[in-house]
Parts: sequence; structure tokens; C-alpha cells
Amino acid sequence: MNRHAVAAIYAFEMARWRRTVMQSIISPVLSTTLYFVVFGAAIGSHIPQVDGVSYGAFIVPGLIMLSVLTQSVSNASFGIYFPRFTGSIYELLSAPVSYVEVLLSYVGAAATKSIILGLIILATATLFVPLRIDHPVWMLIFLVLTAFTFSLLGFIIGIWADGFEKLQLVPLLIITPLAFLGGSFYSINMLPPLWRTISLFNPVVYLISGFRWSFYGQGDVSLEVSLLMTFGFLALFIAIVAWIFRTGYRLKA
Amino acid sequence: MEAIISIRSISKTYATGFKALDQVDLDIRRGEIFALLGPNGAGKTTLISIVCGLVRANTGQVLVDGHDNVADYRAARAMIGLVPQELTTEAFESVWDTVSFSRRLFGKAPDPAHIEKVLKDLSLWDKRHSRVMTLSGGMKRRLLIAKALSHEPRILFLDEPTAGVDVALRAGMWDLVRSLRASGVTIILTTHYLEEAEEMADRIGVIDKGRIVLVEDKTALMRKLGRKQLILQLAQPLEEVPTALARYHLELANGGTELIYSYDDKGERGSLAELLQDLGRAQIVFRDLHTTQSSLEEIFVELIGTKR
Ligand SMILES: Nc1ncnc2c1ncn2[C@@H]1O[C@H](COP(=O)(O)OP(=O)(O)O)[C@@H](O)[C@H]1O
Ligand SMILES: [Mg+2]
Repeated sequence: MNRHAVAAIYAFEMARWRRTVMQSIISPVLSTTLYFVVFGAAIGSHIPQVDGVSYGAFIVPGLIMLSVLTQSVSNASFGIYFPRFTGSIYELLSAPVSYVEVLLSYVGAAATKSIILGLIILATATLFVPLRIDHPVWMLIFLVLTAFTFSLLGFIIGIWADGFEKLQLVPLLIITPLAFLGGSFYSINMLPPLWRTISLFNPVVYLISGFRWSFYGQGDVSLEVSLLMTFGFLALFIAIVAWIFRTGYRLKA
Repeated sequence: MEAIISIRSISKTYATGFKALDQVDLDIRRGEIFALLGPNGAGKTTLISIVCGLVRANTGQVLVDGHDNVADYRAARAMIGLVPQELTTEAFESVWDTVSFSRRLFGKAPDPAHIEKVLKDLSLWDKRHSRVMTLSGGMKRRLLIAKALSHEPRILFLDEPTAGVDVALRAGMWDLVRSLRASGVTIILTTHYLEEAEEMADRIGVIDKGRIVLVEDKTALMRKLGRKQLILQLAQPLEEVPTALARYHLELANGGTELIYSYDDKGERGSLAELLQDLGRAQIVFRDLHTTQSSLEEIFVELIGTKR
């Protein structure tokens, strides 16, 4: 294990984050705050309780997930795409670093950032709504699992993308709709049966459901299903990354 | 001398179907400066990239100090510093950070004293707090060298290192390369400037169209292929070379005002003296004389038959 390399890449990525801490933290926190104001306070007061919690409190887990998902993808994809773009990735590819170490450091850094972000948003939320977390350990487990899983997806996108447009379009066109339609703002049990069935193909549903369960003890699907699906996506993304590394896809001619 | 890098039957066909390397065999000796010389597109960068792990070969094997560069890549790569042809650097990081990063990437514990020495050697010390993107092209080139030297490699690859570096800095760069070799580092460089290969290298390998055309000691190469000419400016133009001088195979040039004698390095002293005596006997008077020696450039043209 090249410990020095893992530590150096991790520190490098975290330093990059600190330089742009305004964009990295302020803007997701601001937009989440606006969601609370609009949906929680303004509109939420006209919405009855969902699953026994006030609407403002109900949307907290979903909003945290929304930010964690999009930030994981964009952090990790940018982290690996930028050196490809400038060409400075030659150094990483010529270094005595294994693929597992590359993955650990890049994905680890991206996940760390979104976990910190998730916790900051959680703290922000407590300013607006009375929160209760029934299962704090599970809450952390889901947060960490989601951050890693979607940082992996971001890593894959960062290797696949061959331009900045793709890098920004994918999160915009795929991740954001999946997150919005994954039950951030509603319980999918509120949907008509057809849409409910369709929603079950949306991976984000399981993440949000599990996460919400850790807060309020109930989700759209059972805890076991949530966990199983989350690990399923994790495994799928790991398999794709393994294939990328085995074939040198977009990394080595 | 024993080889520190041995390249065996390396071939590379890119995804485009282009065959960039064709059965390349090459040994680099421990501690030498080896110049890889070849026209654009010959496959120099491809070969370096394969040794360093940036490009996969289709066939063949590379051993770096006995370590297979694929199966035992950690040991192989840890020994190598690579300065790429393109100016590919980070952008927002400081010079100090980016060079320190490189050292740790190659598995070495932080060593500020070494980083300081490398930056000073490359005249980048004053720039240590500057962001990389604010550096000039020449400074970026030196930064890439600093990054490659940050982890104290035993082997240094320089892919066209003087491209875009001005003459003064170039001299400094060569001083550094010489002092690295003095400390036991093996150096492999590619260059467009044939004078550089001539000036710097211990051995020269010529590559063309993905094949190694020859590998030779520089001095042996110069001796073997370097033709010398003695050119005599005549006081009176000659119509033809007198038959008394036939055995020298002289040529007339410049409307008969110049006599050219071509010879090689082997035992020419005696014959030169004889020629001058014979000229005197034939009553040919010359105003001036000079000698020329073919440059690597001409040797190169002769070898691969293309103008660069
Ligand atoms: N990634 C690539 N895909 C396809 N062809 C390539 C690639 N890289 C280099 N080539 C081609 O291979 C040949 C050798 O290139 P290169 O090794 O860079 O030559 P040199 O460094 O001697 O100028 C060139 O014709 C170049 O166009
Ligand atoms: Mg080249």
C-alpha cells in the first residue's frame, strides 16, 4: 500500500475543496435553506402531516440526500476529470499507485466532502424545523453509504466524460431528476399505483427511504430493501470501475 | 555495462490501427545519457509512455532494473521520473505544493529540504508560492522537471525537454542533467535538436517509423559516419583534376576554384601530408583551406533518407 500517495491525493483534493469552499458549501446550504423557507414554512404550513411528521420535517432527509447525491457526483467527477483535461493525470498513471489506491483517495475525498456537507445541512435544518433522529447510527450509515456510492458514480462519469458539457449535463439531466422524483418532497405512497411502480426503478428512492426511516422510523420501503438496493448499486459501480481499470478505458491508449 | 532498462520486442498499434512501434528492442545502460533521436511521429513518445506505464504495449516486455513494468509496476515505476513532452501541469496549486505532492505520490515521505534543493536547482525557489498557472512556459517546463526529480528517481526520462526553453535556460538544464548523471542517475532524452544529442549523449539511438534503426556510442557513430572534407581555395581555377592526383579522388567545385578532398578518420594524417606535397609538385597554388565534418544532422539524413 502506497500510504503516502493515498494521503497526498486525499489532501490535494481536500485542499482544492477548501479553496472553493464558498461554492462547495455556501451554495448548497443556501439553496437548501430556500427549500425550507418555501416548502417548509410557506407552502408546508398548508400541507397536512406526512407519515405523522410535519411537512417541513418530512423533507429534511430528502433535501440532505439531494445535496449529498449531487455534490458527490459533481465532486468526484470533477476531481478525476480535471487532471484528464489538463493532462496532468500522466503523473498519476506513471506513479507506483494501484487502482484501489486511486479509488480510495479520490472517492474517499469526494465522499468526505459530501458527508461534511450533509451534516452542515442537517445542522441548518435544525434552525428551521423541530427534528428528531430515531436511529442516528443508521442515519450515519446511510449518509456514508450514499456519499461513497454516488462518489463512485461521479468517478465513473469523470472518466467517461470527454468534455465539460457532459460533466455538467449528466448530473443535471440524470441525478437531479432522479433525486427530485425519488421522494425528496413526497412519500411515493402518495403516488398513483403506476407512478409508484415506475418510481421503484429509481435507485434514489431506496436511499431516501432508508435515510428517512433513520429519522422518523418509517420509509417508503423497508429498511432491508433499502440497504440491499444501496449495496446493490455500490456493487454495480465498483464492478464498472473495476472494468475501467482493467481495460484502461479512457485512461490508457 | 549492465542494462538498467531492457525493452524486448515491444510493439504498439493504437486503436486507430496505426502501428506506432514495431518490435522494438533496446537496452539502456546504467548511468548513461541516452538520446533517442527520430523525426516527428517516429514513436519516441510512445516508447517512453510504454516504459512509464501510460500506454499499454500489444506485445513484448519492459524490465526496469529487473522489475517487469506491468507485473511489478510499483518497484519499476518508483525508480522512474518522467518529464512529459507536453506542458501538462495543475493550475491552481502552488509550485511548492505541487512538487511536494509529486514526491508523496511516488511513495516517499515528505522531505522539505529535498524539495527546496530541487526548486533551487531549477531556479524556481522564488516562485515557490506562485500558482502554477501563472508560470511562463519555460518555468512550467522546469516545474515538470522538478516534479520528476522530487522523488529522487534513479532513471529520468526527458521527452523533448528543451522545446520552448530559451538558450540560457537550456544551458542550465544541461548542467543539471550532467550533474544528475554524475550522481548516478540514468537519463533518457528525446530531442529535435541534433546538436543536443551530439553534445549531451553518451549513446544515441535512432528511431524511425516505429523501428530502432541503430544504436551506437556517440563518438563511434561520429567516427563511423562522420565524413571529413578538406576544401582548398585555389589561386587559379582548374579545368580538370590533374591525373597525377587521381588516387585522391578529388572533386572540383565552384567553377574550378575549389578542390575537395573527402577522407575518413582512419590514418588520414599521412595521406593529407602526401596530398599537400603532391599539390606542390603539380604546382597547384591554394589561397586558403579549411576542413568540415558532417554533423549528426547529415548522418541522420544519410541513415533514414529523409530531410527533417
Ligand atoms: N493515442 C494515440 N492514438 C492514435 N495514434 C497515436 C496516439 N498517440 C500517438 N499516435 C501516433 O503514433 C505515432 C507516433 O507518435 P509519437 O510516439 O508521439 O511520436 P514522436 O514522439 O516520435 O513524435 C504518430 O503518428 C502519432 O500520430
Ligand atoms: Mg513525441
